[in-house]
Amino acid sequence: MAENSITTAKKAVVIGGSTGSIDVLLQVLPALSTPLTYVFIIVLHRRNTADSTLAHLLSLKTIIPVREVEDKEPIKPGIIYLAPADYHVLIERDRTFALDDSEKVNYSRPSIDVTFESAADVFGPSLIGVLLSGANADGTAGLKAIKRKGGLLVTQLPETAQAAMMPQQAILNTQVDYILDIEGISSLLNNLNL
Amino acid sequence: MIEDEQMDLLLTDLFERYGYDFTHYARASLKRRINRVWSLDKFPSFAELRYRIRTDTEYIKRFVEELTVNVTEMFRDPFFYKALRTDVLPTLAAKPFIRIWHAGCSTGEEVFSMAILLKEAGLLHKSLLYATDLNPDVLASARKGIVALSQMKQYSENYVLSGGVADFSMYYTAQYGYAKFLDELAERMVFSTHNLVSDRSFNEFDLILCRNVLIYFDKALQQRVLSLFDESLGLLSYLALGAKETLRFSTLEAKYRPLNGEKIWRKIA
Repeated sequence: MAENSITTAKKAVVIGGSTGSIDVLLQVLPALSTPLTYVFIIVLHRRNTADSTLAHLLSLKTIIPVREVEDKEPIKPGIIYLAPADYHVLIERDRTFALDDSEKVNYSRPSIDVTFESAADVFGPSLIGVLLSGANADGTAGLKAIKRKGGLLVTQLPETAQAAMMPQQAILNTQVDYILDIEGISSLLNNLNL
Repeated sequence: MIEDEQMDLLLTDLFERYGYDFTHYARASLKRRINRVWSLDKFPSFAELRYRIRTDTEYIKRFVEELTVNVTEMFRDPFFYKALRTDVLPTLAAKPFIRIWHAGCSTGEEVFSMAILLKEAGLLHKSLLYATDLNPDVLASARKGIVALSQMKQYSENYVLSGGVADFSMYYTAQYGYAKFLDELAERMVFSTHNLVSDRSFNEFDLILCRNVLIYFDKALQQRVLSLFDESLGLLSYLALGAKETLRFSTLEAKYRPLNGEKIWRKIA
């Protein structure tokens, strides 16, 4: 049992974003205190090119390892996981990743809703869902699922987002717990790191 | 939204009544598929969904088709196809006869892509393409060689990125919003149902393609299917998987050598 308590993090964070959200992450990642003690998963809408330039770009901004999700990989705290281009990321009960290339959701694959809903199922009340800048409505249904399971909802302050629609949709349609600017998001994440 | 225990009931029904075994499919994604059909077909309760599955043999076809993912495209991951052109087909060219198996071929877009590669390499006349799927309805659709014309812009871009130099439109005729591929391409194809969960190996192949199927299975089933492929591959034959699938964690790893960064392995022992 002892080894389980080391590898099983208490908290998990899923962050979703679209247009304008890469810039946010490029500011948030360097501000994160290390080592990360929670599970950290990023879902960004991206062009359908199977390259890893985004993971590389993000990895330049932090000493925390950044990895594209591999199918069946066990989820560990202390790593920044990034959804790969053209696949949905789901999470199994045994805390491994499962990839899925089924239909696009909200015209997107990876879809934020898909990962948020699946993570809500597994992490329940210990999940924090964060929705960043974006010009569509992906993520709102996912946040609702997180709320139903007792998790915490955070959106970027729409005035600070390059594309305000995604956080606005969430604020209008769900009960968001925190609406934060970029600095606020960084410090909330650092407060989880206890 | 379906509960885990309800899901177990459905999977037991599907296996006991119809012989479809989904128990070793990856749960999270299967759950999403079931919730999707539940809402698409507007079942008011789990009891009614289950009753329909237990009693309506026509509906089973639709249900199983919706449970399995049938998303595919032509020349998907164009650099994978480029590797087939430059690294795989030239070595297969020395064979008197080439047998290729597309396992889990869905609606056939990848089989037609392969037929085009073979034709351009001057190998189609001595090749046979076996295309299998567990679902008879998607195979029927594959056999027709018809795809929506609206897809053709994307497919033709993929084709060019894969190293294709011909005019892609020479491979099909367009009518009423659909594109039908030349009969010449389909002549070398054999379509047949085959369930990777329960069926055995049925031939020896020079190349097996199974792209984006293993991700839907749990580890035990992945291992079983990989062994089935291994039994079906001759020495120095090739196995091709999807962009996020790997032999790395399987017992087969030592017998195969990866090619060029793409998801293609050659059997060396």
